[in-house]
Amino acid sequence: MSNRSTYLKLLSAVIVFGAWEIAGRIPVSYAFPTFLESMSALARMTFDGTLFAAYGETLKPLVIGVAISAILGIVLGLWIGLSSVFDWMFSPIFIVMQAAPLAALIPILVMAYGIGLTSKVFVVCIMAMPVIVLNTSSAVRNTPESIKEMGRSFLASDRAVILKIILPSASPIIFSGLRLGVSAGFIGAILSELKITPTGVGDIITFSRSIADYPSMYAAIFSIILLAVVFLNLLEKLENTLFEGNNRGYASD
Amino acid sequence: MVTPQTRQAFETAQPLTDNAVAVRGVSKNYGDVEALKNLTLEFPRGQLTSLLGPSGCGKTTLLKIIAGLLEPTAGEIEVNGKAITGPGPDRAFVFQDFALLPWASVMRNVAFGLELRGVAKSERESVAGKYIADVGLAGFENSFPHELSGGMRQRVGLARALSVDAQVLLMDEPFSAVDEQTRRKFQEDLLNLVQNENKTFIFVTHSIEEAVYVSDQIAILLPRPSRVSEIIRPSGFRDKGVDNIRRDPEYLDIVDEIWASLRNYVE
Repeated sequence: MSNRSTYLKLLSAVIVFGAWEIAGRIPVSYAFPTFLESMSALARMTFDGTLFAAYGETLKPLVIGVAISAILGIVLGLWIGLSSVFDWMFSPIFIVMQAAPLAALIPILVMAYGIGLTSKVFVVCIMAMPVIVLNTSSAVRNTPESIKEMGRSFLASDRAVILKIILPSASPIIFSGLRLGVSAGFIGAILSELKITPTGVGDIITFSRSIADYPSMYAAIFSIILLAVVFLNLLEKLENTLFEGNNRGYASD
Repeated sequence: MVTPQTRQAFETAQPLTDNAVAVRGVSKNYGDVEALKNLTLEFPRGQLTSLLGPSGCGKTTLLKIIAGLLEPTAGEIEVNGKAITGPGPDRAFVFQDFALLPWASVMRNVAFGLELRGVAKSERESVAGKYIADVGLAGFENSFPHELSGGMRQRVGLARALSVDAQVLLMDEPFSAVDEQTRRKFQEDLLNLVQNENKTFIFVTHSIEEAVYVSDQIAILLPRPSRVSEIIRPSGFRDKGVDNIRRDPEYLDIVDEIWASLRNYVE
């Protein structure tokens, strides 16, 4: 089974990269390099250290922003899910945040917090936090009544009901919120580097485009997607380790 | 034709001195709706009492009030002579929909009641292991609920309730979500359980046959507002062996009589 799924993943990678290579060779656009050109640019940037220096910059707002969003998001989501007062106070903020056109708000953030790390962390949080908060709160609200009742009838304290019943029961949806939030955080990190000040990976993208070095530009984009995929897989591994019984295979199995 | 034994079963409903649970004048209102009205009922120690009635008659409400999960609007519940204010270690609940934790193994589910009481892991797992074997699930300790059949899931729920060693077992239609054959096996096992464990069972069911088959005492509840209309104590067929109960004339008569008194209340 795991063998089959590994083959399927490899197969889909081959198809996508093959299509990229063909599209680059036609070419669909002068500004669209082939897969192999991009990979060689990626290798070059990896070996001369450019990429590591860039990620040293990009990871700062990304890691801080994602960590704040995950921790604060789950705690706030839990409160919102448990209490109607918190729901009334905080839910609208996150709904607005999720719907807001972020690129248009960046100038306001820059006026308020400058062009440094703070603004970038804000952008990552605005991208990542709403979906984490909203998923967590709705999952908490939808905890099956009967297992909460079961907890109470077996003398669980309020704390035990939250930690041992509500949070684990909400975990599949919390984790899907985390996955969406983390991917949005990656987008936010790059967006902030493109829109606020060009640093790190955003700088590689902007600079390579300005000198028409498209393979390097696509290599940088590819590397950030790769990093996001690796991170999301780690997140899934974490979920499977923490809540083994949540992994029920596929609906068709 | 009513046999003398059947008449005796209806007439010998005299108060017993040793009650594990007593419900005194309990009412429960949901807004303007009176779910239970001034209901008084006693549950003799070491016996199985069924709460039987048409749907909407408040049997589950009464059971949850006894469990301490719901507050009564008026009246009180005594367990071992003491009024209760909420859930307690003297009562354990078996849920209609099993109420298992889907992310936890059979072992952790069964040990969950003890885990909530702060019992050390090795100790609670040895207790849970014993009851898992008792209910016939040895070898499934590390399985997850979604890998089990409905009947097996309810065995997990039962083992969880047994492992906290409460004197009173509250069962809310425990067999209604399992198939007919499994249900019959459960009913036989339940009779053995009542005989071997020195516990008081309160059993909610909507099946007349099931109630008569397993009960020492049957309380018939009538709806809107709910009250006890009749208490029946089948006595003649309990010692004749599980295979003969369903053919016993007293069993059949009691089933008929209960149906005769309930049929008017079924829409």
